[in-house]
Amino acid sequence: MTTTKIRIATTSLAGCFGCHMSFLDMDERLVALLEHVEFNRSPLTDIKHCDPCDIGLVEGGLCNAENIKVLREFRANCKILIAMGACAINGGVPAMRNHFDLRECLEEVYINGTGVEQPQIPNDTELPLLLDKVRPLSDVVQVDYYLPGCPPSANDFLRILSQLLEGKQAVIPANSFHFD
Amino acid sequence: MQNTIIIDGQEIIFKDGQTIMDAALAAKIYIPHLCHYPGLTPHGNCKLCTVNLGGKSVSACTTPAMSGQQISNNTAELNEARTTVTQMLFIEGDHICPSCEKTGNCKLQAMAYHLGMLDEHFSPFYPRREIDASHPAILLDRSRCILCDLCVRASREIDGKNVFAIAGRGIAAHLIVNSSSGKLVDSDIDVSDLATNICPVGAILIKEQSYTIPIGKRIYDQQTIVEVGLQEAISEKTKHDHD
Ligand code: SF4
Ligand code: SF4
Repeated sequence: MTTTKIRIATTSLAGCFGCHMSFLDMDERLVALLEHVEFNRSPLTDIKHCDPCDIGLVEGGLCNAENIKVLREFRANCKILIAMGACAINGGVPAMRNHFDLRECLEEVYINGTGVEQPQIPNDTELPLLLDKVRPLSDVVQVDYYLPGCPPSANDFLRILSQLLEGKQAVIPANSFHFD
Repeated sequence: MQNTIIIDGQEIIFKDGQTIMDAALAAKIYIPHLCHYPGLTPHGNCKLCTVNLGGKSVSACTTPAMSGQQISNNTAELNEARTTVTQMLFIEGDHICPSCEKTGNCKLQAMAYHLGMLDEHFSPFYPRREIDASHPAILLDRSRCILCDLCVRASREIDGKNVFAIAGRGIAAHLIVNSSSGKLVDSDIDVSDLATNICPVGAILIKEQSYTIPIGKRIYDQQTIVEVGLQEAISEKTKHDHD
């Protein structure tokens, strides 16, 4: 008899991939996990689009139009959507640019930055349009679970996934998580 | 007959003149609070210490204890309301903990941990507020200020100065510095002042010290806000030093 595996998709939007790296910190415990789950769209598989999935793990907030498109694809395809890490939950470090106007940020980097040659603000049509402000996921889609941490630890990932794999509601008790 | 009140079914003794908060802390009962610090005049502005007294919501830090009071404190309903208040404090300011020097030593953050607040629920405001980096040793980042008023009271009541005040109303309320230029450098604040050290969040910071203790080994990495809150008091030495 073949048991169907739980299908997980992951992505990093306006994040630093730290959450994904921390996920991989499960090390050998990943082998046991892989007996129960398979990865669909994810930087770990290089699959580019979501099939219908059980769980979507989204790292990073929203800083451009492409982020929003990807997030909507995740929401449409994942039964359970988890905002993983500080940036997905409240914008995190990328949201520090919200202190400044977007144009100021672009000029600082591409016009006035140190060592800039041929100063110009990139405007290739292939580049996704930047949002005026970096925003959390919950500003655009319904989020089912929040997994705080910068990044959440491998144990945090294992805990939430084991609960969900058992078909339970995920519970993250008070005083068992961190925002840093 | 002794003066007693009942908090969550537990009868405790209070002394005349004590508030519900004073009596609770003396009996080692924790009532969540951010803008209260034993030894300073209570203000009742953060509303975290809201308890239920005979069907009414009151601030424990400002309500006098009176014999026979029946008080609910640690209930699911009140803690849910406290979580909402905490979420509003987060989104009204700019609380990006991973980039904040106060992380791990911050009461707002520790309150979120205590209440099991996993997200901020509301859409963040991302306000832009003025930073005052004028002082050589002390930084004021208003984007993290929760307007608890502790620095204002500490400066006036303990330090014997009058460095801070809160100006404006509602969403426009903000912390100001009482100096000719409005900048900290022109005030008489000192690093050792209670006002400099009492800020529950990362709004008033002592420069060049923030990473002497690494993240992971800080106050609320070792203790909960309940444990810390039950020990707090302005030491006699601090009071005396500033007499
Ligand atoms: S002041 Fe506290 S809650 Fe705000 S960012 Fe700093 S650590 Fe986080
Ligand atoms: S600076 Fe700190 S102590 Fe002063 S009112 Fe703001 S949060 Fe409170």
